[in-house]
Amino acid sequence: MKKNWPLWEIFVRSKNGLEHRHFGSLHAADAEMALENARDVYTRRNEGVSIWVVESKHITASNPEHNGELFEPAQDKVYRHPTFYDLPDEVKHM
Amino acid sequence: MSEEQIRSLERQFEARIARDEKIEPKDWMPEKYRQTHIRQMSQHAHSEIVGMLPEANWITRAPSLRRKVALLAKVQDEAGHGLYLYSAAETLGISREEMYEQLHTGKAKYSSIFNYPTLTWADMGAIGWLVDGAAIINQVPLCNTSFGPYARAMVRVCKEESFHQRQGYEIMLKLCNGTPEQKDMAQDALNRWWWPSLMMLGPTDEASVHTEQSMKWKLKRKTNDELRQQFIDQTVPQADILGLTIPDPDLKWNEERGSYDFGVINWDEFWQVVKGHGPMNKERMKARVNAWEGGEWVRDAAMAFAEKQRERREKQVV
Ligand SMILES: [Fe+2]
Ligand SMILES: [Fe+2]
Repeated sequence: MKKNWPLWEIFVRSKNGLEHRHFGSLHAADAEMALENARDVYTRRNEGVSIWVVESKHITASNPEHNGELFEPAQDKVYRHPTFYDLPDEVKHM
Repeated sequence: MSEEQIRSLERQFEARIARDEKIEPKDWMPEKYRQTHIRQMSQHAHSEIVGMLPEANWITRAPSLRRKVALLAKVQDEAGHGLYLYSAAETLGISREEMYEQLHTGKAKYSSIFNYPTLTWADMGAIGWLVDGAAIINQVPLCNTSFGPYARAMVRVCKEESFHQRQGYEIMLKLCNGTPEQKDMAQDALNRWWWPSLMMLGPTDEASVHTEQSMKWKLKRKTNDELRQQFIDQTVPQADILGLTIPDPDLKWNEERGSYDFGVINWDEFWQVVKGHGPMNKERMKARVNAWEGGEWVRDAAMAFAEKQRERREKQVV
């Protein structure tokens, strides 16, 4: 064995109007084969109308250990939510 | 990290699971959690893959086109299940090749049930009905397990399993409503697959070493004995509908318990098979290793082709 097939991440749109969603991963020699394998592995029962494949090594992921710095700043910004604003009950359609 | 820090992280980790939070691959986790999950997911994957072999044995000899396409689709699903699970295990840092290596060298186990031979067409019925039936009982609780990729893979697997069991039961039904010879064939298959199916749900609670930890991590919701009882209670009435006799003279409804009492399981046989001395262990491994080694030139050729294509594209850009 010279070189192992790389890993690909598979994203499937289940129907038009919905976004592509991560379905899982698989190994394939190239993008075309990844698409064909994804068809067989993840859409045997019409689970999709469109497939994206991307080689796993191209994905940059945030580190859960940094979730504090990354996501906590959003936590105290209650004024980004409609319920923060006090309006009298008589005001309709808002 | 100091031991004190690790213990504190572990406490937080256990609390997250207790709160029903999911653990994702890049989250901090105790080493034992990682190792246990790699072991369980890879062995689960191996079972799906090796599990194709006993049924593949009958694809070309299916009695009709309807049966053939169904069996082919079922076996293809099992390949899919193996692939979902291998890639879920890979998220914890083990490579696919390492897992294959563990399977091929006998270091990793797979479900002992697949080390029994498939002697007649009725075995396709019995396997779908009993073996997939027992697998469903094992797998449904795993849809809520704590490790996200495992839980997601199991949701997909469970959706696909019910067709497997129904196609098996339908085969049995057809045989049982057929000629006396066909019905005998169905009875014979049940006789051979019944006890191994009970063993498939794992050693008794007394003999089972991982239960407590597995319960905490939601790798298990019920004990092996509880699952086995559930399997028996739901399967006996199905056998009655077929008009078949479960090969256990001690099987008897227990009014008080609201469950069936059943006879003693031959655990010696189970451990013999687990240790590699079942009727088909060697055969199964030989088939796996042959497929892997015989396919090597194909994998290499595909890789060489992909690299050549890429080089050509890069040259065009220049
Ligand atoms: Fe399966
Ligand atoms: Fe199955």
